[in-house]
Amino acid sequence: MIQPAAPLRRRAEALSGALPPLLVAAEHLANSALAGAHGRRRSGPGAEFWQFRAAGPGDSATGIDWRRSARGDDLFVRETEWQAARAVTLWVDPGAAMAFSGAPTQREAKADRARLLALALSLSLLRGGERVGLAGGDGPPRGGRAQANALAFALAEAPQATSEHGTIDLRAAPNGGHVVLFSDFLGDMAAVDAALALAGARAMRGILVQVLDPVEEDFPFDGRTRFESMSGHLTFETLRAADLRDEYRARLAARKDRLALLARDAGWHATTLHTDRPAAEGLLWLYHALGVEGRR
Amino acid sequence: MNAFAALDFTAPAILFALLALPILWWLLRAVPPAPVRRRFPGIALLLGLRDRDPESQRTPWWLLALRLTALAALIVALAGPVLNPARGLPGQGPLLVVMDASWASARDWPRRIEHLSRALDAAQREGRPVAVVTLTDPPPEGVEFRAADHWQERLGSLTPRPWSPDASLPDWVAGLPATVETLWLSDGLARDGRAALLAALEGRGPVQVFQPTTPVLALAAATFDTDAVTLTARRLGAGEQALTLVAIGRDPAGAERDLARAPLAFAAGQASAEVAFDLPPELRNRITRFQIDGARGAGAVSLTDDSLRRRKVALLNVRDNTEALALLSPLHYLREALDRNADVIESASLDDLLLAGPDVIVLADQPGLTEGETAALTEWMQAGGLLLRFAGPRLAGAGVGAASGAPAITDDPLLPVRLRAGGRTVGGAMSWGDPRSLAPFAADSPFAGLSVPGDVGVRAQVLAQPGPDLAARTIAALADGTPLVTRAARGAGQVVLFHVTANAEWSSLPLSGLFVQMLDRLAVSTRGALPAPGEMAGTQWHPEEMMDGFGLLTRTDDRPAVAGEDLAPILAGTRGPGADLPPGLYAGSAMRVAVNAVTAQTPLIPVEWPRGVAVETGAEVPEEPLAGYLFALAALALMVDSLATLALGGRLLRAASVVLALMLLPGPSAQAQPIDPRILQATEEVALAAVPSGDAQVDEVALAGLRGLSDALFRRSSVEPGAPMAVDPETDELALFPFLYWPVTEASPIPSANAFSRLNRYLRSGGMILFDTRDAEAARLTGSLTPAARRLRRITAGLDIPPLETVPADHVLTRSFYLLGTFPGRYQGGDVWVEAAPADAERAEGMPFRNLNDGVTPVVFGSNDWASAWAVDDSGMPLLPVGRGSTGEQQRELALRFGINLIMYVLSGNYKSDQVHVPALLERLGQ
Repeated sequence: MIQPAAPLRRRAEALSGALPPLLVAAEHLANSALAGAHGRRRSGPGAEFWQFRAAGPGDSATGIDWRRSARGDDLFVRETEWQAARAVTLWVDPGAAMAFSGAPTQREAKADRARLLALALSLSLLRGGERVGLAGGDGPPRGGRAQANALAFALAEAPQATSEHGTIDLRAAPNGGHVVLFSDFLGDMAAVDAALALAGARAMRGILVQVLDPVEEDFPFDGRTRFESMSGHLTFETLRAADLRDEYRARLAARKDRLALLARDAGWHATTLHTDRPAAEGLLWLYHALGVEGRR
Repeated sequence: MNAFAALDFTAPAILFALLALPILWWLLRAVPPAPVRRRFPGIALLLGLRDRDPESQRTPWWLLALRLTALAALIVALAGPVLNPARGLPGQGPLLVVMDASWASARDWPRRIEHLSRALDAAQREGRPVAVVTLTDPPPEGVEFRAADHWQERLGSLTPRPWSPDASLPDWVAGLPATVETLWLSDGLARDGRAALLAALEGRGPVQVFQPTTPVLALAAATFDTDAVTLTARRLGAGEQALTLVAIGRDPAGAERDLARAPLAFAAGQASAEVAFDLPPELRNRITRFQIDGARGAGAVSLTDDSLRRRKVALLNVRDNTEALALLSPLHYLREALDRNADVIESASLDDLLLAGPDVIVLADQPGLTEGETAALTEWMQAGGLLLRFAGPRLAGAGVGAASGAPAITDDPLLPVRLRAGGRTVGGAMSWGDPRSLAPFAADSPFAGLSVPGDVGVRAQVLAQPGPDLAARTIAALADGTPLVTRAARGAGQVVLFHVTANAEWSSLPLSGLFVQMLDRLAVSTRGALPAPGEMAGTQWHPEEMMDGFGLLTRTDDRPAVAGEDLAPILAGTRGPGADLPPGLYAGSAMRVAVNAVTAQTPLIPVEWPRGVAVETGAEVPEEPLAGYLFALAALALMVDSLATLALGGRLLRAASVVLALMLLPGPSAQAQPIDPRILQATEEVALAAVPSGDAQVDEVALAGLRGLSDALFRRSSVEPGAPMAVDPETDELALFPFLYWPVTEASPIPSANAFSRLNRYLRSGGMILFDTRDAEAARLTGSLTPAARRLRRITAGLDIPPLETVPADHVLTRSFYLLGTFPGRYQGGDVWVEAAPADAERAEGMPFRNLNDGVTPVVFGSNDWASAWAVDDSGMPLLPVGRGSTGEQQRELALRFGINLIMYVLSGNYKSDQVHVPALLERLGQ
């Protein structure tokens, strides 16, 4: 059997290879519950040596590095580099709706695009030394190359849910971490509301990434049509699909507005990506939203 | 013609169903097309939306129109529309069908028969009695009215006759009922008696005439002027017409074929056209008839007779060096006499003349032919040639030189009588007496009846030796009784001697008209004219070939001869042929004459039917039922409709793929199955193959053995075999494998009959099987038939095995690659059997082996278990031990060499048996 993880990993590597390692902006560093393994290029708590500094008043005697001090007359304090890491939790909607592609021969499904973006983002983050994990995955976010493999496998082989949209499960996400949610957000918004409220309570910040197929954007249908949801649970029949186009578009726009509003209220970011656009475009946006913007 | 008048319905009531179409239209409009099914994740956004106009989506107008068209076509088709419906004959009562059935009717006979058949069909439907009468062959005992199907069965036996109907009113008219309706199938030619018959028929009821407008063609007999054969064709019809005239005759092989063709073109408005054939005499003499190509009927055929034929006369023209005047040349008068009526060839070489195959050879004063020439001439005469000789000074002087003087010229096969040497001269300047005149011809002479002009005198002649048969051989004599012309039969031919010269030197005979007549009578030349009516009296003429109404010839033997008096008026053109004297070829005693259906005098005048007689020309469009087309249209429309419906519902692609899949479904079983990848591989390279023995371990060793052999071949020779494979004769294609190794155990399966036939085909087409019972050791120890050998006998019982012998010392197997004496395998000493050499194979002088250049043995039998000796494992090391120590290795090497020799033998045949290699082999053998 062909391992689906390999091609996904390969594409994600290619995608993320164009970007420098990503460091998540660290405003609420102190709130991070887990210790980092990644230097901040300034002195602070950490294991790695950073610099020797002349001991001044207020330094405790235990802080003095005697071995260094013995070489001269002055007393030196050994400082370690300030090491801390951000934990980023990714969630890709496993719902059946994400398996949709308006033109299967020309465009990948939304789920595929979402997974690709997620993994590419993960790779960038891991290269930057951050810890990355999957919501609903087994265990907290971890760093390192090994985690990249684990993520690739988990993403590529994630079972597709039978329901239309998956539930957002942020239990494994550490408090104060970052969350990136990939979905088409065309399902029930109450669940999203609830998830964001919970995340806000746990001091998480994050991004809502809405992945849409251009067909969902344009609604290019006409004639008597029976629409079925991807899981087949919902059906809707119309005699003239073209008549519904404007109303559908209005509703879609309202849904996007609501997402944007929701994100702004929670201090998150929200965007809509389309599967007919290059993946690199979306990744670049994510890169900026998660890293550069925060470091400003 | 009104277009609607030409359309009729067999069941018009069904057309009322068309009224239902508007209802259908309304129904179809109300039912919208099936919805398109689409998967769409954005459905959550759609829930709750309402269609603005729930009824706005309807069947598209074009689909509606399509369906209505289909239904309308169906309804109209069921109503049975007929284009140009045939109008039946009006009236009732008995129907009389009168057919001219003359030579002119043959041109479109099938149309007449078809028309008659339709008329009979109509009569059959209406239950009318019918009588069919042909005017050229009237019923002897009056007309009979029968049911139409009676005549329907006899349609095939109605044929046109190659003559014209009799002019007199036929007898059967009197026997007709008082009222009868007549259908007259006319040939379109006016002739006497037609008006009278028409009046008689019209008196009994209406007359309808069917007369197709095809032009009548009439080809008169060929006339032959000096060079060209001229034919005149006449026709009834106007407009330009380009035809081809074909001269048909027998080729030298005797088969009938077209000998010549010439265009026959009628200009517009022209009634006759002439064609001239300029043909070489060989071709012309072979022509049996002329025919207008593509035209049917006796009128378009012109038989040829002897009037077209010319005899070929060869003159031996020995060039003498005397510069004599032309008038003195012995051949001059002959040329003059023959040139008009015969083809004259001249040559100085008798051989050339004989090669041309002449009917007559003339030797004018030519004694002293060589023996070879005499023999050739004799042979030619035996086969029917006529040798005509003239005397002269040289003939008279031949033999004068002999000592005794007489008799000089003895029995010469080229002379009818023995001649006395010298000859005599009468009435010359130095002799007394007048030139002798000719005696009247005897009654039994071929010249009988010719008048002898008084001024013909003979001054000199050669004299015949008196003999008992001289009188019988004399066919013309002088007044004093001495022979002037003598004749003798020679086999089928004859030799004729004029005892005078062919020029005017000895007599004035060549100057007279009698000379030409005499030559005619001797059939040296033939006349181009027919015999005069006076000459025909009392002669008998046998019909040789008869012509039927279509112009086809049949040989006849059983018809009685006709009298010359009856034939004469036909030849003169004063009367036409009839039932008593049908057209054909009549043979008389000396010549054959042709009677043609049409002569130059036959009148060709179009018939004028009086007003009131309905004339149908058959040019009307035939009846055509349209229901089939309409059904097809309906089916097509429904087909398009189903496609369109699928397309509207978005299921066209799916349906198409299902249909495609269904179409492809039987494909794999029929096509893909035989292409076994192994077989494919076997076609790409030489592959050795093993037949399963029924024992898995043996099979494994066999394959390993073939692998070892393949490796050895690869290393040592230019044969680079692929991986060996196991083939099952029951299922696999064997033809791809040059060589099969077949280990036989006592449990080997016996192939099925099918496999046997495949194996036999394989062996016959050049394959080779090596049977190995692998039990040489056991056989040697027990000395009896081993179980495997018994099994082998059962297997080979079904195979086509030639006589066998143990490998002789000079077999090609011993030297096809390596020079080998023994063929050991894992065992040694077992006999190896191959196809026996032919018993007559001989050892060439100085050669160490026999000439055996043909045939590769299809089978090799042995028991040395070669595969075990060849077998190698995956790393190329020997799989099984052979013998002991280095001796064993030597044995293994020999086994491999045997294998290589065998494969070389299989692949290159008896190439090494070619004697070309002998010197090299001798050198290597150290001899």
